[in-house]
Amino acid sequence: MSFQQPARFLTAALFSAAINTAWADIEFSGKVDLEASLFSETASHSQQKDSNLSVLIQPQWVWQDEDQNNLVQFSPMLRVDQNDSNRSHGDIRELYWIHVQNDWELRTGLRKEFWGVTEFQHLVDVINQTDQVENVSGEEKLGQPMVNLSLIRETGIWDFYLLPSFRERTFASIEGRPSYGLNVSKNATYESSDKDRHLDAAIRWSQNFDWLDLSLSAFKGTNREPVLKASLENGQAVLVPHYEQMTQFGGTAQVIEGDWLLKLELIYRDSSSTQYSAIQTGFEYTLYAIADSDIDLGLISEYGWDERGKSATSIMQNDLFGGLRFAFNDEAGTEILAGVGRDLDFDTTSFSAEASQRLNNDWKISGEMRMVEANNRADPLYSFRKDDYIKGTLSWYF
Amino acid sequence: MSLKYPLLAITLTSLSITSTFTLAETAEEKGRNIMIEMDKRDTGWQDMQAGMQMILRNAQGEESVREIRMKSLEQENDGDKSLTIFDEPKDVKGTAFLSFSHVDKDDDQWLYLPALGRVKRISSSNKSGPFMGSEFSYEDMGSFEIDKYSYNFIKEEPCGNLTCLVVESFPKDKKSGYTRRISWVDNSEYRMQKLDFYDRKNSLLKTLSFEGYQQYAGQFWRADKLKMQNHQNGKSTELVWSGYQFKSGLDDADFNKNALKRAR
Repeated sequence: MSFQQPARFLTAALFSAAINTAWADIEFSGKVDLEASLFSETASHSQQKDSNLSVLIQPQWVWQDEDQNNLVQFSPMLRVDQNDSNRSHGDIRELYWIHVQNDWELRTGLRKEFWGVTEFQHLVDVINQTDQVENVSGEEKLGQPMVNLSLIRETGIWDFYLLPSFRERTFASIEGRPSYGLNVSKNATYESSDKDRHLDAAIRWSQNFDWLDLSLSAFKGTNREPVLKASLENGQAVLVPHYEQMTQFGGTAQVIEGDWLLKLELIYRDSSSTQYSAIQTGFEYTLYAIADSDIDLGLISEYGWDERGKSATSIMQNDLFGGLRFAFNDEAGTEILAGVGRDLDFDTTSFSAEASQRLNNDWKISGEMRMVEANNRADPLYSFRKDDYIKGTLSWYF
Repeated sequence: MSLKYPLLAITLTSLSITSTFTLAETAEEKGRNIMIEMDKRDTGWQDMQAGMQMILRNAQGEESVREIRMKSLEQENDGDKSLTIFDEPKDVKGTAFLSFSHVDKDDDQWLYLPALGRVKRISSSNKSGPFMGSEFSYEDMGSFEIDKYSYNFIKEEPCGNLTCLVVESFPKDKKSGYTRRISWVDNSEYRMQKLDFYDRKNSLLKTLSFEGYQQYAGQFWRADKLKMQNHQNGKSTELVWSGYQFKSGLDDADFNKNALKRAR
């Protein structure tokens, strides 16, 4: 096997897999979300509305051969949004083929790869681009084209990635809420002359011991996080994303001891404009069966620090978080997660809560709210200060 | 479900030697020996796969159904490894759960959440909580290990057409939701026929009954149906098993984080 001509190798491999394999079954499933949002404060901009409706369609097809050595998955998504033209968008979240042998597997195509362990921020997680129009939480990701060889060894799991192209971050338009209050230009600039065709590479080692899960990672390529520069486009003020090259080293540790989970993520990032370290660390302590009920209560606390201090592009440069996670352990799978964040440099306070409950085998309802109290313009969160919202989602699974 | 330590095998041998010399076994020894015999007869299955339908019924008789698939790998010197894949309810479809059970310490457990593509390490110290909102707790779903309990033989009595050995077992784990369990094990094939669970206040909480035993791979007995009745809240949960496969060649490679991520 050679990676020098990955495209040719892959095409050949895919063809042989498709021809030689009798696919056991094709499984079709998915969901449709109906979403309604209400904004409690007067908008910063006249183009913004106080309510919004949105529909998300997310089907999924999975093929697997009989001896489970080959798996193909296709998961596209389409959202239609009432007010934000940028949020009306489609994406191929996943379209990949996994070939499995006893101690290695090769994963090829558009995939999501998650590297983090903490709750409020994922510093080490840099493979996928954030789909920020979907949710400002940063948890929603765009599919990333990749070839990923994963080796299982006594020493742990070794992952090697080649990432042949780059995808730009999505941003809400000026009509969207929450938004930056300026349109983000579609004409992004790049440090590399290869622009969005730069070949990125990454490697990750992970291993679990009885009470400890560890990982180390290295990434070299286009920084998923753009530097936003104010500019003029056709006489209009816009923000132009600039994507630099970067090298990042990351590590995660997770200690499990009885009812305690201790979590740590740290990175060192080197790009042409800046070199810095950052940490996100904290714990989750779970109280089981509180007050003789079936309800479990998780107490979460985390701290985020960034060496760049107040000039950090990250919103979590010196921030403390507290959270409560209620798991009702009932038939309806009821869950509530509430969190509060405090920026110790800028005195910004943010609050978020999420809850969900299954109605039956096909339907589920969920709710989400976010509030930001910000008075310091220097905090990147300041632009969201008028965008407090409450959102209800009705999901139908098929 | 096997002999977990060489030490245990030695104990077993020495016990059987002892019993030929001294006919009088204490109730504690007899109870333990019955469970060791049950465990021994269910040793050597190597790997196992099956589908499970979990039917939850509330006191009003309303039903909801979960569809689950399970794979297990027998371990010679430790608790078993298992991979559980959820097909229904549909909102949790694709969620998978990897567990390495241990005799002398907490199990190692990871959960795969497909929507986020995330593998999450989870704490296994929650023994008494309900599994998927059912009447089975996490501890009921875990693999049985001899040394997790101390025993007491109570009596022999008829159970249906069979004769059962009635054994009391006391969990050693302080986090167990039970003070004791009473098992009815038939004396012909050493199969669990019935299990009573007593809560922390020592009142009868649940009864688990086993129906439709079938023998697989010429040795291993599995019940088609397990019914858990909760006497205190009137709810019940039925497990209906299908498609049992033994010794199909699963190995450690089918029970790691990579396998967890692609479990479908």
